[in-house]
Amino acid sequence: MNLEAVKAIYFSEMRRTRNTLLQSIASPVISTALYFVVFGSAIGSRIQSIDGVPYGLFIVPGLMMLSLLTQSISNASFGIFFPKFTGTIYEIMSAPISHFEIILGYVGAAATKSLIIGSIILITAAFFVELRIAHPFWMIAFFLLTCVTFSLFGFIIGLWADNFEKLQLIPLLVITPLVFLGGSFYSVSMLPEFWQKVSLMNPVLYLISGFRWSFFEVSDVSVTTSLSMIVMFLMVCLAIVWWMFKTGYKIKP
Amino acid sequence: MDNIANTIIEIKGLGKTYSGGQVALNDINLDIKEGEILALLGPNGAGKTTLISAICGLITPTSGSVMVAGFDIRKDYRRTRELIGLVPQELTLGAFELVVNTVKLSRGLFGKKPDEQYIDSILEKLTLSDKKNAMVQQLSGGMKRRVLIAKALAHQPRILFLDEPTAGVDVELRKDMWALVEELRRDGVTIILTTHYIEEAEEIADRVGVINNGQLLLLEDKHTLMQKMGNKQLLIELKDPINAIPETLAHYELELSADGTKLSYAYDIKSERTGITGLLGDLGKAGLSFKDLATSQSSLEDIFVELVGTQP
Ligand SMILES: Nc1ncnc2c1ncn2[C@@H]1O[C@H](COP(=O)(O)OP(=O)(O)O)[C@@H](O)[C@H]1O
Ligand SMILES: [Mg+2]
Repeated sequence: MNLEAVKAIYFSEMRRTRNTLLQSIASPVISTALYFVVFGSAIGSRIQSIDGVPYGLFIVPGLMMLSLLTQSISNASFGIFFPKFTGTIYEIMSAPISHFEIILGYVGAAATKSLIIGSIILITAAFFVELRIAHPFWMIAFFLLTCVTFSLFGFIIGLWADNFEKLQLIPLLVITPLVFLGGSFYSVSMLPEFWQKVSLMNPVLYLISGFRWSFFEVSDVSVTTSLSMIVMFLMVCLAIVWWMFKTGYKIKP
Repeated sequence: MDNIANTIIEIKGLGKTYSGGQVALNDINLDIKEGEILALLGPNGAGKTTLISAICGLITPTSGSVMVAGFDIRKDYRRTRELIGLVPQELTLGAFELVVNTVKLSRGLFGKKPDEQYIDSILEKLTLSDKKNAMVQQLSGGMKRRVLIAKALAHQPRILFLDEPTAGVDVELRKDMWALVEELRRDGVTIILTTHYIEEAEEIADRVGVINNGQLLLLEDKHTLMQKMGNKQLLIELKDPINAIPETLAHYELELSADGTKLSYAYDIKSERTGITGLLGDLGKAGLSFKDLATSQSSLEDIFVELVGTQP
């Protein structure tokens, strides 16, 4: 194990984050605050509560998921896309470092950043609502799994993308709609039956539902289903990234 | 025994065909000796960068094998890659990064523990000390090249690849670079550099390889090449054709043309006695008379042109 290399990549990536520290922290804080103002106060004053949870509180897990998914994907994809774009990836490819170690460095750094952002959102939320977390262990488990899985997913996108448009395509066209339609700001049970069925095909729904359960013990689908879905997605991502490295797809001519 | 150097890189039957069908390397066989400076000479598109990329693990060869210090570059990539430093042809550096940090990153990537002192000494040697905390994207081209060299040396490699190190480089950097190469050579580092410039190969290499169209056309000691360059040919056109070179002229090692009308004599212009006077006298004694005399000299460039068929 080339631990020095993993550390080198990890800290180099974290340094990149630190250079844009204000942006990295200020933007989730501001957007969270805005969501609370718009959804929590304006709309929430009409909705009152869902499944016995005050609306402002109800949206906290969804809000976190929204940021975790978009941030994990954009950080991890940019992290590996940029060296490809500038050509500095030659150094990673010529270094005595395994694929696993490369992933550990890049995905580890992106996941860490997401963890920090998620925590900031949680703290910000605590200023607006009275937070309660029913199952802290499961909350952390979902939190971690999400950061890691979607950072890995972002890493794949970064490897695959050969231009900036492609880099933004999937987050914009796929992830954001899925998160919004996955019950971030409502319970799926509030939808007509037909749309409930459609929603069940949205993988992000399972994530949000499980995460919300760890907070309030209310969920759209069972926790086991949620957990298996995210683990399955993690496995799929691992398989894809393994295949990409194995075949040198878009990496090695 | 001393002059039989160990082979540090052993390339056997190496071939690379890019996915577009472009054959960039065709059955390259090459042994690189430990501690030598090998210059790979060849025109654009010859396959020099591809050869280096294959050894460093940047591309997957289509056929053949490469061993570095006795280890296979694929199976034992950790053992082989930690020995190698690469200065790429293109000025590839990230942005938003400090010079010192990018050099430290290189050291870490190659598995070496941080060593501030060593990094400082490298930066010093490349006169980058005052640019230590500068952003890489703000540096000039020459400075970027220096940073790339510092990065390649950050993990104290035993083998250094310099891919067209002097392309677009100012005189000062060129001087610094050759001084550094000299120093590395004294430390026993094996250096492989590619270039289009024959003078450059002449100046610093121990051996010269000529590549064109993905094939290694020639690999020779620089001294042997220099000798060929130093050699002149005296071409003697005879009045009457002969069938064989007379016995009395055997020690001149003449060559007779197929039609028997021309004799050629190779001599060293640098030696005190060229033997021309003696030869001409002995020709007369042997009863041969000549119509015309001409001399010619081959340069490394001639050899190159002859091999490659184009100007480098
Ligand atoms: N990534 C690539 N994909 C396809 N063809 C390539 C690639 N890289 C190089 N080539 C081709 O392979 C040949 C050798 O290129 P290269 O090794 O860069 O030559 P040199 O370094 O001697 O100029 C050229 O014809 C070039 O066009
Ligand atoms: Mg080249």
